[in-house]
Amino acid sequence: MRHAFSVRIGPVGFRIGSDWRAPVAQLETLYADYPKPEIPDFTVRLFAARPWRRFVRPSVTIEGDFVLPDAAPLPLAQGLLAAEMGMNLQMALGQRRFLLLHASAVERDGRALLMAGVSGAGKSTLAALLSARGWRLMGDEFALVDPATGLVHAFPRLVSLKNTAIGVVEAALPNARYGPLMAGTPKGDIRHLVPDAAAVAAMNEPVPPALILFPSYGFEAESRAVPESEVFVRLTQASTNYVAIGERGFDALTRLVKTVPARAIDYPDTESAIAQVEALWAAL
Amino acid sequence: MARAESLRIVHLDAFTAIYHRASGITHLLASPAPEILATLGEAGLSRADLAAKLAAQYDMADFDAAALAERLDELVVSGLVATA
Repeated sequence: MRHAFSVRIGPVGFRIGSDWRAPVAQLETLYADYPKPEIPDFTVRLFAARPWRRFVRPSVTIEGDFVLPDAAPLPLAQGLLAAEMGMNLQMALGQRRFLLLHASAVERDGRALLMAGVSGAGKSTLAALLSARGWRLMGDEFALVDPATGLVHAFPRLVSLKNTAIGVVEAALPNARYGPLMAGTPKGDIRHLVPDAAAVAAMNEPVPPALILFPSYGFEAESRAVPESEVFVRLTQASTNYVAIGERGFDALTRLVKTVPARAIDYPDTESAIAQVEALWAAL
Repeated sequence: MARAESLRIVHLDAFTAIYHRASGITHLLASPAPEILATLGEAGLSRADLAAKLAAQYDMADFDAAALAERLDELVVSGLVATA
């Protein structure tokens, strides 16, 4: 590939090759404070499906060790999004060392809070806002549970903010670094937040999980305990590799479910959600 | 004669999570399926011995032979119990 970039995010190394300079330049800037991997675990390639597509209405096709057959190419202006999607895809389909939970994670006092939920539940937004209040951001997309230890490893990739979350987080973190605003992507408007220095500095430090939350946005503030069997089912659905890693996944997940309390919280706005999270954490 | 497959069994509140080693499939079972599996063991039992053991070990007042046969057949279909 003409242009290449490599980065280590938590325990995972990536190499990204690109037909174009622009996405690689953006990655270099945004991941400037991250270490380089000794050996990349995953490779992502951003390339022009036809040679002339490098120049004429340039269109970025995502490829890698693991691919989705029907992933549509993106315009070059969304090249950074293509890179991030490619990296997520490698993790979702290829990660075997850790049980991967589709959840955001933050840490305080050496213990992790996991927030799992469907897209739009506010996982990324809440993680970013908590990081503005002194929590360590461990990741906004994937929490990595080590089957051997039960500890949660950080994966602090760029935080993917969508639509109204962009303004909310910019207001809370006015001095943070952000990627370019990408309007009109398949997921709406997207802007990436660069995790703060503390998140990157501590990303090699796994911590035990202490609380699992299932947030839902758009309802009156409410909170209920979630029984073990429901947590188990929800997290098997929230894991992209539960089936693939077999018995280790079963053991890791049942251990998590048996040892960590879980609550579902409904919230009407982010301020209310943050207050609920802080109160539940304080009550642990 | 029936016997339980090689399984990992973890009890969660009202349900029991069971990992079936041979298939890699996870099952979530409600009572009395976990009790049947535990009683059968990997050595296995005849249907009559199973019914007698279950009656002795658990409070199964409303549980008759027909119901046990049905549950056992379900476990065979799920692959968690093998018939010999």
